[in-house]
Amino acid sequence: MTRHTGNDDGNGDAEHTDQGDPSGSSPAESEPGVPRVGRDDRPAIFVPDDTAEDDPAERPVTDESAETATDGGVDSATGGTGSTELDPETYDPVDVFPGGDLDLRDGADSCYKCTSCDTSCPVAEVDDEFPGPKFQGPEQWRLKRKDDHDIDESITSCSNCMRCDDACPSSVPLSQMHNEARGQFVEEQMEKLSVEYLRNRLLANYRTSARLASMVPRVSTFAMNFGPARWAMDKLFGIPKERDFPEFATQTFREWWRERGGARVENPDKRVAYFHGCYSNYNTPEVGKAMVRVYEHFGYEVMVPPQKCSGTPMFANGMLKDARRHAETNVENLVAAIGDGADVIASCTSCSMSLRQEYPELFDIHGIEDVSEHTFEALEYLRIHEDPEGELVEHGEGDGQSFAYHAPCHARNQGLARQAIETFRDVDGVAMEDVGDSCSGISGTYGWKSEKYEKSMAIGEEMFEHMEDAEGDVGMTECPTCAMQMEHGTGYEVRHPLQLLENTLVA
Amino acid sequence: MAIDSEVLVVGGGLAGITAAVSAAREGADVRLVSHKASTLRQASGLIDALGYVPPTEPAEQLREGPPTAGRQLDRDEWPDPEGPLADPFGAVDRLPDDHPYRVVGADALREGLALFDDLVGDAYRGAHTDTNALVPTFGGTVKPTARYPVSSAAGLASDDRPMFVVGFRSLTEYDARAVAGRLEAAGVPFLVAGAEVEFAEAFRSDAKVTRTAKALDHDEPIDGTPAREALAAAVEPHLADARAELGGEVGRVGFPAFVGDDRAAEVRAELSDRLGADVFEIPMGPPSLPGLRLEDRLYDALDAAGVRFETGNPVVGVETAADGRMETVAVDRNGREVPYGADAFVLAAGGLVGKGIDSDRGGVREPSFGLHVPHPDDRYDWFVDDAFGDQPYARFGVRPDGRGRPLDAEGEVEYDNVFAAGGVVGGADVAREKSASGVSLATGLVAGRNAATEVHG
Repeated sequence: MTRHTGNDDGNGDAEHTDQGDPSGSSPAESEPGVPRVGRDDRPAIFVPDDTAEDDPAERPVTDESAETATDGGVDSATGGTGSTELDPETYDPVDVFPGGDLDLRDGADSCYKCTSCDTSCPVAEVDDEFPGPKFQGPEQWRLKRKDDHDIDESITSCSNCMRCDDACPSSVPLSQMHNEARGQFVEEQMEKLSVEYLRNRLLANYRTSARLASMVPRVSTFAMNFGPARWAMDKLFGIPKERDFPEFATQTFREWWRERGGARVENPDKRVAYFHGCYSNYNTPEVGKAMVRVYEHFGYEVMVPPQKCSGTPMFANGMLKDARRHAETNVENLVAAIGDGADVIASCTSCSMSLRQEYPELFDIHGIEDVSEHTFEALEYLRIHEDPEGELVEHGEGDGQSFAYHAPCHARNQGLARQAIETFRDVDGVAMEDVGDSCSGISGTYGWKSEKYEKSMAIGEEMFEHMEDAEGDVGMTECPTCAMQMEHGTGYEVRHPLQLLENTLVA
Repeated sequence: MAIDSEVLVVGGGLAGITAAVSAAREGADVRLVSHKASTLRQASGLIDALGYVPPTEPAEQLREGPPTAGRQLDRDEWPDPEGPLADPFGAVDRLPDDHPYRVVGADALREGLALFDDLVGDAYRGAHTDTNALVPTFGGTVKPTARYPVSSAAGLASDDRPMFVVGFRSLTEYDARAVAGRLEAAGVPFLVAGAEVEFAEAFRSDAKVTRTAKALDHDEPIDGTPAREALAAAVEPHLADARAELGGEVGRVGFPAFVGDDRAAEVRAELSDRLGADVFEIPMGPPSLPGLRLEDRLYDALDAAGVRFETGNPVVGVETAADGRMETVAVDRNGREVPYGADAFVLAAGGLVGKGIDSDRGGVREPSFGLHVPHPDDRYDWFVDDAFGDQPYARFGVRPDGRGRPLDAEGEVEYDNVFAAGGVVGGADVAREKSASGVSLATGLVAGRNAATEVHG
């Protein structure tokens, strides 16, 4: 049978005017002047201007403490109300910043300047022009409470690896602050006709170019890597000629899925909706196929709902409006799948990161919290609900290959940095070595910019060295762009843990 | 379906790691979960055991009425603390009865330190004696400490060789002349001078210390000169001045503790060679490279001991418990609670600063397992006026029995298979005592070992 295998594009372009509940941050608990709320309990920040300006007057009147949530009266690209009116009746001198429902103040106040975030930042380590996450987050957030402060351009040097989130002992929502500042910078201060903007927009919208390229995969792969063309792209467009563009698959994952006739296991009690993302669809369908075969092996009915980009490259380039448009399609279709009893499974750790964390932090879309709560990474989910380790020890058999495993930064934030190592630790014929906790340096589109290329490689150097030192000569990681960087730096072939699971368990 | 292990340790700092390795060495299958990246990276990297015995009684009767947070003119009078102590073990008996060292015993401290020595190998010094070492810090104070990183070895205050302290002008939290001046004022038995050098001006003034560490690690060229050579060249003229000022040989040169990261030993050796003096690091506040290096080493040790560990998601409560035993706890994975089951649990999530103990105006709580934290009902009794006095809040935490099991309000063991270690354990004023690491090692060892005894075959 087939399920949700309809048109790629779904119907997600429908207008979405849902505003969410501005009091959604449980304001009753917020005591003025007593910051308590870290990232674990905070409102979404991004409401597109076109909807935000529609109906401020019709916004439901909430209790007063909701109004203590503040945006500092700044007209923000990400949708502050800009109100500077104070009701003398409810005025509390502690509430320095008036009005608005986009409040990051609790998060900013939770920062006690321990600099753990700066210490963990892979960009600050190689780029002394970059003032680090503590500045980009809480400090800049405070500065821009005043109208005359622009967002510092250095925000575009943040690679959105989110290691600062993982490092912060106070749960300051650093990456949320970075995303907001970057969105505002791109929206208000970046020249829309500049080559940099256009290049970033193109990189951020990888799905669009990949979809076109995939229609003629062989030609695209050749043309994109054709020497003179690459030289011109570097000079004119700022896309580094040193990198090879990924090959486009001759058959996309979705084409394969359709040809296969969809799911081969039906099981109303064990359903998963696969969020394959762009890369598994257009470039590495073998990862998607491995996901399907492994999950069917464990008795799951796999659904493949219509979907667009998870938004990760768009967040990293400040293209929040693009990201929101794609999010509307994704949320609508994933909510429908959840309604059919499915949990959402991603094979890319940045996709799962985005659906789980950035979606509810940045967007108010009906059902987005459900999507967040039902999303898991592929191996993570199996480890919760099945016993892949036990089965591997009993039946699994590798071919003696050793792997050099790199944990993507976005896996780290979901607590998944060690899962592949632990899953395969005791399997016959499989050896896997962790190449350490450094960042690969590519961070999605970051390393795909000429001006960032050298820094990207300097960040990656530690990982390359550890990969060379490791016994295995095949790399392994969950993240497709980390995989590009691993391959680029060492020449190793790189696989996904799902492929190894398929080879050792299903094949 | 729960994620199972025999022992589950909650918390990834020194206490959690110690407990996990102790339990694993008793043969248990151990998993460690930590909400955030280890806070070892914020620690100085020094391992203290007991540096002072602070007074717990004021010199004269405290003023009547609630504390005023220092707004009263008549300050409370407190006697000076006893110390710096030469022998931390001998002073344990002079601590309050409910201090963790008194509860688990001085031998636990000794064994905890021995385990630490085993885990860090030649990266640390101090194991040859019971006596505290005196290590200069970036504030110009001298800290009594039981173990210290090898990078600080040439800097000990008990060494009488003249010392030159190097600072970087762009590093605002550290001033070499102030460090030297304060050491001198503290009466150290050697001559000391300090100067700020221009090396870090090669970087932007607000560049991160990790940038400098990385440049030295990789010996990156700075304006054409390799970083280590450039740093030595920047220091040399000042060192010559110091030799003239101090009237003779200067045997050792101290740097703020970020000379190199992974290759710190190599960087120090090259600098020593170029300067003709032993180079050592002066431990800093965060960001702390010695703390990061210790974290790396201890996590390698955890891996080698076969402990599974994961960082990134908090434990948010007890999910099931029966017959006085905890069965599963809930781990919050981005909004979805996943049960983790074990035969025994160790709570090592930190104290008030580490957020293993939480408080608001209404009370003080232990948020992970909801264990009992004794504290006065009136929050004006949580603190005293003298900021450096015997602050009751500093001793807030769960109170364990001799095996490390937290007690409830009636003084009964709360769960037979739950143990506590490190900052979450109350009764110590670790900042004034200089005992944070030792408390973590002693209670971690006891908690881990006893947790392993709860494992059913």
